[in-house]
Amino acid sequence: MRVPSGAGAHRWLGLLPAALWLLIFFLLPVGLVFLMSFAERGPYGGVRWTFGLENYRRAIDPFYLPVYGRSLLLATATTVLCLLISYPIASYIALRADPKWKRLLLMLSVLPFWTSFLLRTYAWMFVLRTEGFLNTLLIKLGVIESPISWLLYSDVAVLIGQVYGELPFMILPLYVALERVDVRLIEAAMDLGANRMQVFWRVLLPLTRPGIVTAVVLVFIPSLGAFLAPDLLGGAKSAVLGTVIQNQFVQRNQPMGAALSVLLILIVLGLLRAASRVARAAEKR
Amino acid sequence: MAIETAVIRVEGVTKRYGAVTALDAVSLDVERGEFLTLLGPSGSGKTTLLRVIAGLERPDAGRVYLNGEDVTDLPPYRRRVHTVFQQYVLFPHLNVYKNIAFGLEQKRLPRHEIERRVAAALELVRLPGYERRWPQELSGGEQQRVALARALVLEPEALLLDEPLAALDLQLRKEMQRELKRLQREVGISFLLVTHDQEEALALSDRIAVIAGGRLQQIGTPREVYENPETAFVATFLGSANVFEVEIVGRENGEALLGLCGQTVRVSLNGRSLEGSRAQVAVRPEKIALRARPLRSSDLVQLEGVIEERIYLGNATHWRVRVGDRCITVTEPNRPGSKADTFRDGQRVFLCWTRESIIVLAQ
Repeated sequence: MRVPSGAGAHRWLGLLPAALWLLIFFLLPVGLVFLMSFAERGPYGGVRWTFGLENYRRAIDPFYLPVYGRSLLLATATTVLCLLISYPIASYIALRADPKWKRLLLMLSVLPFWTSFLLRTYAWMFVLRTEGFLNTLLIKLGVIESPISWLLYSDVAVLIGQVYGELPFMILPLYVALERVDVRLIEAAMDLGANRMQVFWRVLLPLTRPGIVTAVVLVFIPSLGAFLAPDLLGGAKSAVLGTVIQNQFVQRNQPMGAALSVLLILIVLGLLRAASRVARAAEKR
Repeated sequence: MAIETAVIRVEGVTKRYGAVTALDAVSLDVERGEFLTLLGPSGSGKTTLLRVIAGLERPDAGRVYLNGEDVTDLPPYRRRVHTVFQQYVLFPHLNVYKNIAFGLEQKRLPRHEIERRVAAALELVRLPGYERRWPQELSGGEQQRVALARALVLEPEALLLDEPLAALDLQLRKEMQRELKRLQREVGISFLLVTHDQEEALALSDRIAVIAGGRLQQIGTPREVYENPETAFVATFLGSANVFEVEIVGRENGEALLGLCGQTVRVSLNGRSLEGSRAQVAVRPEKIALRARPLRSSDLVQLEGVIEERIYLGNATHWRVRVGDRCITVTEPNRPGSKADTFRDGQRVFLCWTRESIIVLAQ
């Protein structure tokens, strides 16, 4: 490829594909959603392009409050669980595993990521449903006598599905951060009297903080807008922002869905800003 | 018993990595307050031994004692020895104060006590007022001093130093050598230094332990090891030496008659016993003199040779002289009017040395 050099139009020409890509696949849809959020639902489910704040007024109605709350709770719980599960796995692979097994272990931990999220969620339905794999296994083992009926279509099921789906996005950035930690720093800390826990708190955690922030952002944001796992694995009461937005679009109230989407984007932007502040503060120490 | 006096006692320590034996039944005592150097080429196992003592490696066999207490199964954070690592390994996310305070905070000492001891440690390594600096801002020498302070502030039973000066340039290395010696005298604890630099070992140590191929070759004061090396390896690794194969003609009263390059020489065995009919002796290059004509003395070994090469080294000159089918290395100091100045390549010369300069090597 030619490297653009010199001044004038040539320099901008190289940016054209990227600019077009951004315009078509990002700015246009988001702009459309933004405009639509001020519009009105048409009589037959279409969109009447008016301008009003009615959708937003309804979106901040106390009626939706539990939905926001559940979404935040799901995203937070998913992130925390992912972090607790991933950090030991990533640190084992990055710092303790035999170098020749590293690649394989890493690949195995992100392997689920190779099939579609939808398929994996369906798989969980098979595992968790009343006559599913888990219940059958537990009965065969004699742990329980009759199947547990509340496994599927519950908040627990949603959380399991969501954590499972987001795990690779947590493990990878943590692995990258941990891989860069100089093992001799850990040895030095132990030599100076720090046991494993203290090494973790005083050396590993501070050194991998930027990686943790990245991983948390990568898991928290999609979880906030998650709809597949809540929709398929959750019960009637498990409505979260993602499922509500989807419902609005399916039920032909697109402007309302657009307004909720815009709010979701704003929440995410606000959280991203906070995260980058935390990361920068960590860099400055 | 010796266990009570040795700060560190290593007993028959063996360490293998797969098929490679890094340490082969090494035993060693580090006495209280002594500066002991582990000298060896890279891959000799010297760093592994240090790591076994620190607790960073677990030996496959053998025991490690600190002050007579068996610590072989204790993790590094329960051992009262601390390490200065090769690349200093300061914590990049902590400033100098926090780096030095790391171990003290681990012990949950009161804050004012920590502050006092950190300040004293910085004073000791001559970096007062460096508390708020960051490791990345410091020069190699300064980082080295911080690493020393970080370990010494914990008042260890012994300080382990893993090639601490290897990363420094020559000038700074010489300066830090003096610093290390001063520090060791001031704090009075045992230092166990790992190095491949023979000059460093000679200059700093009370005793040198030469290690190669995972085995302890010889241990003794710098003078003992240099003047009376036991093996050809020690003779050539610590300093340089001409090693000769000799024939044993006869022995009596701790002396032996040896056939060396066609001459018969009577040498002292220095307590070593010789078996069989062949042995090895070593002669240091600086103990050999170059002469244009043979000297009239029956007490000297004199060989005739041809100069093959000269290397000017500033303070001395290295000569390679062909005698028969082998080359002998000679080092002569560069003094004004030295006769050696006039020698040219290809010239016939006489090599002479006293019989006391001949070191009989163990078989």
